[in-house]
Amino acid sequence: MSAAAPPDWVPEMIEQRGGIDRGWAHFPHAADIGVEGWGPALAVAFEQAALALTAAVTSAKVQPSIEVAIECQAPDRELLFVEWLNAVIYEMAVRKMVFGRFEVSITGNQLQGKLWGEGIDPARHEPACEPKGATYTSLRVSQSENGIWSARCVVDV
Amino acid sequence: MDSSLFTRVDPTTWQIEPHGAMRVPGIIYANEALIRDMDDKVYTQTVNVAALPGIVGAAYAMPDAHWGYGFPIGGVAAFDPHEGGVISAGGVGFDISCGVRTMLTGIRLADIQHVKISLADSLFRQIPAGLGSEGAITLEPTAMDAMLIGGARWAIQEGFGEPSDLERIEEHGSVAEARPDRVSERAKKRQRREMGTLGSGNHYLEVQAVAEIYDEDAAAAFGLKRDEIVVTIHCGSRGLGHQIGSEYLKEMLITAEAANIVLPDRELACAPIQSDVGQRYLGAMRAATNCALANREILGHYTRRVIRHFFPGIDMPLLFDVSHNTCKVETHAIGGKTRTLFVHRKGATRAFEPGHPSLPEDIRRFGQPVLIGGSMGTGSYVLAGMEGNTAKGFSSACHGAGRAMSRHAALKLWSGRQISDTLFAEGIVIRSPSARGIAEEAPGAYKDVNIVVETTERAGLARRVARLSPIVCIKG
Repeated sequence: MSAAAPPDWVPEMIEQRGGIDRGWAHFPHAADIGVEGWGPALAVAFEQAALALTAAVTSAKVQPSIEVAIECQAPDRELLFVEWLNAVIYEMAVRKMVFGRFEVSITGNQLQGKLWGEGIDPARHEPACEPKGATYTSLRVSQSENGIWSARCVVDV
Repeated sequence: MDSSLFTRVDPTTWQIEPHGAMRVPGIIYANEALIRDMDDKVYTQTVNVAALPGIVGAAYAMPDAHWGYGFPIGGVAAFDPHEGGVISAGGVGFDISCGVRTMLTGIRLADIQHVKISLADSLFRQIPAGLGSEGAITLEPTAMDAMLIGGARWAIQEGFGEPSDLERIEEHGSVAEARPDRVSERAKKRQRREMGTLGSGNHYLEVQAVAEIYDEDAAAAFGLKRDEIVVTIHCGSRGLGHQIGSEYLKEMLITAEAANIVLPDRELACAPIQSDVGQRYLGAMRAATNCALANREILGHYTRRVIRHFFPGIDMPLLFDVSHNTCKVETHAIGGKTRTLFVHRKGATRAFEPGHPSLPEDIRRFGQPVLIGGSMGTGSYVLAGMEGNTAKGFSSACHGAGRAMSRHAALKLWSGRQISDTLFAEGIVIRSPSARGIAEEAPGAYKDVNIVVETTERAGLARRVARLSPIVCIKG
């Protein structure tokens, strides 16, 4: 494993940011896009994956000027990950916003999150796609031997 | 894909013999090249669908099939409610009732060339497209429920469309038994400002010219004349459908275990049709279908307004409006017996054969019009359902070209500017809020639509009536 590689790096990983301790990546899907985040805690992996979601939409910098709080729950970690991304997608759609900073805390099957972002400015953000929903395809939440958590799934765009 | 995995029934029919948990065979319609290039996951997903309870006949995949969610995109499967048959949220897809409509204009190609750039700019300004765009319509709760029940009928009553459109829309513009009370408040909130918006990704509005006619009689009946202009819109049920899809997928995943349904893939989450969650999803899905029908009707109205600004007073009748992410209750003759089935089409188009009683009388003898979206550069097709296709995928056909590469692979190969410039040199004007979006949807990222429709015809599913070439493309 190279120094910059996430815990379950696979050769098809196509874009990534961050280092071995935390970061995010995109992985390919025939029609859509895969998002993955990793970090020293489950919550960090979820936060990083949300950054990957934003990067699928825009390459522009996102100003963290407005804060939005969300809550979600699911029977297990993997479904909770999909719920989390779907909650972010919902706020993007309803508020017409993009988010550039995320803070997650997870207790059992409950997640509390804070999102910081700004209203979409089509001219500046040039949104490449509109996420429809996070899916159970390639869904995996796991912890590697060195303790790093990772969370990934395909997002329908 | 390894062709030795199949029994080749004829040159375009590849059968997966039942094995393991499969209850019926899998059948993929393709030629040798399409089968060879098809993702291995289409095989796996077809096998998985064939294992679902109550499936009838076979699990089918159309020539444009590619890796989807649970079902392959291009997948067709029918279920019998009296044999434990299921309804699958994944089998319908996130964009419920996503589909295509084509309107005729009677304008000659030569008469549009000098205004096509202004026309492209006007359409781009008037049709809200892309993430963050807002529609001019805000639906409060009472109007929302009326829209979810009325579909395109509601849109026309509200002044967004023409009554004669209804007979050219599947289900006459409004699906029965829609249940707005089965749609969550979150889904409704997500749709509140989204009526009359195009969306993004592979959704588009295109001004096209009829470039080639294959069947003179059918083309004449459909109103298609060589070198005349048509307008085609591809979009679906917007945020409402996406939210319903996500919510019921989760619920069906949790309830499948209690219903003793073994899921080889979580994305295949489903529920018995005759169950509480199955019935609730059906009511919500039908409401989302009406939302898509209303949305395309409104977009059609906006388009007419813009086109008539340039060409005052022209008639713009609807050729047809089809959905390609659906589950519909249909009767099909199986082994000499007529059965009522719940037919899922995920990225596949219904293609009723000639004479089907649900088709408008003036075009009935030619079969159902099937509208196939290609890519920005290569053009689109109008097909018609073929005689005898009820025994081939329950009267279904392909829905588009199908992607040949991922969005990232496309971004590595092309830039949006480069694609726009190249297409402009070929006479095609592109407008989009996102250069990256154009690159991701580059013509080269799709399979050759010509081969897909030729194969669809050779397989006896739907025959070619006309080919349409793009003049103006608005991408979301």
